[in-house]
Amino acid sequence: MNTGNFTSQVEASFLFVFVISLVLLIGITVAMIYFIIRYHHTKNDKPKDIHGHLGLEVAWTVIPTILVMGMFYYGLVGYEKMDEIPEDAMKVEVTGRMWEWKFTYENGTTTDTLYVPVDQAVDLSLNSADVIHSFYIPGLKIKRDVVPGLNNHMWFAADQSKRYDVFCAEYCGDEHAYMYTQVVALPRESFDQWYAGSGSAAPQVTSADTAQ
Amino acid sequence: MASHAVDVDHREPNYLEVRGRHDGILGWIMSTDHKRIGLMYLFLLLIFFISAMTLGFFMRLEQWTVGQTLMDAKTYNTLFTVHGVIMVFLVVVPGIPATLGNFFLPLQLGAKDVAFPRLNLLSWWLYLSGALIIFLALFYGGLPDTGWTFYAPYNVRTTTNVPLAVFGVFILGFSSILTGLNFVTTMHQMRAPGMGWFQMPLFCWGLYATGWIQVLATPILGITMLLVLVEKTLHIGVFNPAIGGDPILYQHLFWIYSHPAVYIMILPAMGIISEIMPTFSRRTIFGYKAIAYSSLAIALAGSLVWGHHMFTTGQSFTANVIFSLLTFLVGIPTAIKVLNWVATLYKGSIRLEPPLLFALSFIFLFSIGGFTGLMQGVLNLDIHLHDTYFVVAHFHYVMFGGTIMGLFAGLHYWFPKMFGKMYQKSWANIAWALQLVGFNMLYFTMLVMGYNGMPRRYYDHLEYFNFGHKLATVGSWVLISGILIMFINLLHGLLKGEKAPSNPWGGTTLEWQIEDLPPLENFDEIPEVHGGPYDHNTEAEVAK
Repeated sequence: MNTGNFTSQVEASFLFVFVISLVLLIGITVAMIYFIIRYHHTKNDKPKDIHGHLGLEVAWTVIPTILVMGMFYYGLVGYEKMDEIPEDAMKVEVTGRMWEWKFTYENGTTTDTLYVPVDQAVDLSLNSADVIHSFYIPGLKIKRDVVPGLNNHMWFAADQSKRYDVFCAEYCGDEHAYMYTQVVALPRESFDQWYAGSGSAAPQVTSADTAQ
Repeated sequence: MASHAVDVDHREPNYLEVRGRHDGILGWIMSTDHKRIGLMYLFLLLIFFISAMTLGFFMRLEQWTVGQTLMDAKTYNTLFTVHGVIMVFLVVVPGIPATLGNFFLPLQLGAKDVAFPRLNLLSWWLYLSGALIIFLALFYGGLPDTGWTFYAPYNVRTTTNVPLAVFGVFILGFSSILTGLNFVTTMHQMRAPGMGWFQMPLFCWGLYATGWIQVLATPILGITMLLVLVEKTLHIGVFNPAIGGDPILYQHLFWIYSHPAVYIMILPAMGIISEIMPTFSRRTIFGYKAIAYSSLAIALAGSLVWGHHMFTTGQSFTANVIFSLLTFLVGIPTAIKVLNWVATLYKGSIRLEPPLLFALSFIFLFSIGGFTGLMQGVLNLDIHLHDTYFVVAHFHYVMFGGTIMGLFAGLHYWFPKMFGKMYQKSWANIAWALQLVGFNMLYFTMLVMGYNGMPRRYYDHLEYFNFGHKLATVGSWVLISGILIMFINLLHGLLKGEKAPSNPWGGTTLEWQIEDLPPLENFDEIPEVHGGPYDHNTEAEVAK
């Protein structure tokens, strides 16, 4: 299911490499098993020294080259999009510290859960107060490291109104596994309502199923 | 043994029986014989392997339930750090070159020893010292909890004894450099008469490519570790941003060594597979030169790809694109090797003995490791996969499924030449099957969990990951039982095994031409070499 602006492309990249890999892996495995049965010494006691075959060796140099260049290209195209932050993106400051996340919106509101409107590009400005962390939203298939002294940016747009898990993906000490929060993607009206009266009670997601 | 001694009394005593200047344990720890040094490395290495495997067992067990199962978070973090440090720096990096490489490189070249035997012994002492220094931290300040990568600036924040561990790794680096230097020189200078570069067995080619990486890349690790020590003790800002350092610089320096180190780990294992495939197919290897050159190509290209560990750090778009492109180039020589190994089975006369089974599972598992590596080379996909279980599973497919399975294959292959005894083949086959099943249950599950977003180095997990964790943990039990059965079988073979023939597998390389166990200086007469190393079906054919 497509739940963000990058997921379908990441999934397409994965599928592309996966299908090629699966075909090759099955090919290699079946060939090994077939040869072992066919050329077992009980069936073939006269082995033949074949030192090589130019045509075959050229083939399995050229074909992998073409395949991996295809993979490279797929990844490049998808990645270009991740790198270009749209002009109209909503800006949020993210601070990572051992072991919590803090979000500061343009109007000064701060939260520990990230609220965003659905289908809105969000530009996260990432800063660390101590060691390296990494802001990872598996449901949107995107992450970026939060490095002290280095102001990284990442962006995404959630296309479904739901909760997405956020993990810290860079090991940061004792409570690393508990440096957890959520992105809550709200319908535009609910978000605007909450944002205008910031500080009021946290809004609820209508389809409150947790992302996976 | 006694009746046997009668007909070989003209021969030198073998390397296990020979009496040197020292007796007993000193005869080992002061010995400059490459074979004894190889076995001393093997002894330590297997102890470290079993210790780190035990840590892995407890890590998996901790993941059995959500929340605390056995230990607190700090302990878990120390466990995965120490598991990684031991496995990487004490087991997989020195691994095959130090053990089987030491033992068999001079034998395969037709040489009496390595080029610098005393330097070789020094390398072993450095290895032992480095290991002891790391473990000293147990009593002084606690073992590190940084992950085996020691990333800055967490390495400054933690209260554990990082400097001691880092100093240990620094010392281990010298052991590695000296071994590489020794091996490269040996291959340049001490090949038997008639053995050109392309008559050298492919295991030697693997060690040759490895030797160069050890010599060229390891100093960078040394420098990096030294800088960490300088920063921590003198508070000069190098990597710590709080005092003006750059944590990304640390990652560059660390991976400039640690990525090529992956090829230090895998190339010798590929060499072992290149020995086993022709021997058990009773035919020459397919594409000898392609395999030899691809080792060099992997070493060269592999030295230029370190930035693919850093796609998410915020390094520039251009850097990411270049590192992604170069990463894919490594895939090409790797594919060539795998396909040549499979083609070596074609029209052979195959004996399905334990070493071949391990070699075949190497090809299967390493291929999965390679394919999942390609997935992480894909830029947008890596952004998702980075720092998840997918990465952990991938490098276990490569380093465990690859290097360690290669080591197991090599142990089963050369065991009769090292100890003159034979293990029980049926038990070796059972151990192999358990390992193959357990391995995939553990690590394939982790691949799936990683793709679904399970981050690595997590003490705890969300409920929806629990099924995967349980499955992987059960897989670890199957895998470990396979490994234990294998070790018990080998130990039993060592103590009570039947006497093995001189050349039980019909190998064509020089080590198999030595009668029984090799004597101190390997060859009564330095052999002269004609033709290729794997010509099974010429006059060099050895009757079984």
